[in-house]
Amino acid sequence: MEFIISILAGILFAAGIYNILQKQLLRIAIGTGLISHAAHLFILTMGKLKRGQPPIIQEGITQYTDPLPHALILTSIVISFGVTSVVLVLAYRTVNENATDNMEQLRGSEHE
Amino acid sequence: MSNFAVMPIIIPLLAGILVAFFHKKLHIARFLSKLFIIISFAITSYMTYIVFTTGNLVLETGSWPAPYGIIFVADPLSSVLVLTTNVLSVACLFIAPKLVSDEKESYFFYTFAFLLISGVSGAFLTGDLFNLFVFFEVLLMASYGLIVLGGNKIQLRESLKYVLINLFSSVVFVTTVAFIYAVVGTVNMAHIAERVQEVEQQGILTTIAIVLFFVFATKAALFPLYYWMPRSYIVPNPVVSALFGALLTKVGIYSIIRIYTLIFNVEVSYTKQLFLIIAALSMIFGVIGALSTSNIKLIIAYNVIPSIGLILLGLAAFNTAGISGSVYYLVHDMIIKAALFLIVGVIAYIAGTANLKEMGGLIHQYPALGWILFISAFVLAGIPPFSGFIGKLLLLQGAFEGEHILSIIIALLSSLLILYSVMKIFIQGFWGEKNERIERKPLAGHVVPIGFLIFFSIFLGVAAQFVYPYIDVTATYLLDPELYINSVLKE
Repeated sequence: MEFIISILAGILFAAGIYNILQKQLLRIAIGTGLISHAAHLFILTMGKLKRGQPPIIQEGITQYTDPLPHALILTSIVISFGVTSVVLVLAYRTVNENATDNMEQLRGSEHE
Repeated sequence: MSNFAVMPIIIPLLAGILVAFFHKKLHIARFLSKLFIIISFAITSYMTYIVFTTGNLVLETGSWPAPYGIIFVADPLSSVLVLTTNVLSVACLFIAPKLVSDEKESYFFYTFAFLLISGVSGAFLTGDLFNLFVFFEVLLMASYGLIVLGGNKIQLRESLKYVLINLFSSVVFVTTVAFIYAVVGTVNMAHIAERVQEVEQQGILTTIAIVLFFVFATKAALFPLYYWMPRSYIVPNPVVSALFGALLTKVGIYSIIRIYTLIFNVEVSYTKQLFLIIAALSMIFGVIGALSTSNIKLIIAYNVIPSIGLILLGLAAFNTAGISGSVYYLVHDMIIKAALFLIVGVIAYIAGTANLKEMGGLIHQYPALGWILFISAFVLAGIPPFSGFIGKLLLLQGAFEGEHILSIIIALLSSLLILYSVMKIFIQGFWGEKNERIERKPLAGHVVPIGFLIFFSIFLGVAAQFVYPYIDVTATYLLDPELYINSVLKE
């Protein structure tokens, strides 16, 4: 199970980075979303995937799910949700003000 | 008592929320922000005093013992840096009504500034690697708000790049935290430090160490990851530039110092070589950048890079002199960079342009400002008896003991060129014929906060015999990670 999820996270990373390297602004925004999903999946996998176990240590229970990755992933999801919305709004305003969504044209003049 | 460790985070946070309610009534917002930053400064000073007299303050939130709960640790390094943060924030918030337009102030400038201070203090004080990520995000979120304040064409373009690069490095940071969790099963920094020594496969630790260095080097703007920094630091308001230049890159270098003295300190040999090369290249390329432009803001922004390189040189030397030099230079550089960004902000405000070629003769109308710039150039370059000299002396002494002669030569040459690049502003901007186009503007409110910073900076240098013992304590403390681990895990 960990094996499959790791590969999935790797595919998401690859797709995300491919999108970040594009010129179009919206694809870059989507790419950042994809790599943060990949990172979240990765955190989940690192805590070992076990099904049907309680996340509590009690007398007599030897198999238990690690609750910490879930706490980490929740925080991380909320943060990346916030940052993604900031990126989208900022990208929208930038496109409107600069009248282009091509990163090549958003380079800025070299001799200011 | 240990609750003091969280005060530098909570007070600016509450102040930021409170100030947000008065965003239309600017006189109240200004008064409250000045009041709160002074309260924060006073409490942080007292916290630092406690840390240096009685030892580390460790706050375990909810009384959960250390490896399980979230902890905040006020140790010598973090308390010194939090104190410095508060010193320069006092100056920045006092100068803000003069340099920031009323419109920008009413769009929650003070709220974002306080959240930034809160996030920076949190990053310094946290004892948990995941919380370090969270506080990075808190300060970055506040900085995203500050950098787009105003929202003109160039500003939006540059802030988009700033947001994207920081977002990417944050994602890499989270992935690395997941790696560490998989290898050692904890995110508490003291606990990680204890467990890395027992890990059998040292190869995976090497990977983690280098990826973490990549993350923090991006935030700290080290060579070759500095390309995003200079332009995005000059587009916002001068006060924002001062806060960014003084705080954000320094949080990155602080994290490098913390991680590599506490966790990955066993593998000094290969990181040492890497740090030496990157430090030297940062100094060279930063100085070349500073010399290549005639935009005064860009000159100062490029000067951030060589100073980060110098701090890294001290860490590469990894001996008492080198580390104390790094800490001393870090404190000195936070204050003087804030001062210089504010000075060039004021110059650009009175001259109406940031281009050196269109200025000249400012000394006739603004002698005080000119001499302040002159002194701060000397402080920055490290002319004795100012604070830059003491820091550089210690750094070079550390590098000399480690026999890194080439790095010493590069450091000295780059200091000379740094002096030239800032003197260029003085010579071309202040000397020459009186410029009739520039009208006299009252500057008392501008010069006093900058003077406060310069005074602090001179105090650090002239009164080195009072300051140095504390820095020495910090360096000795950093070189013995057991002290940190024992104070947190209480064994």
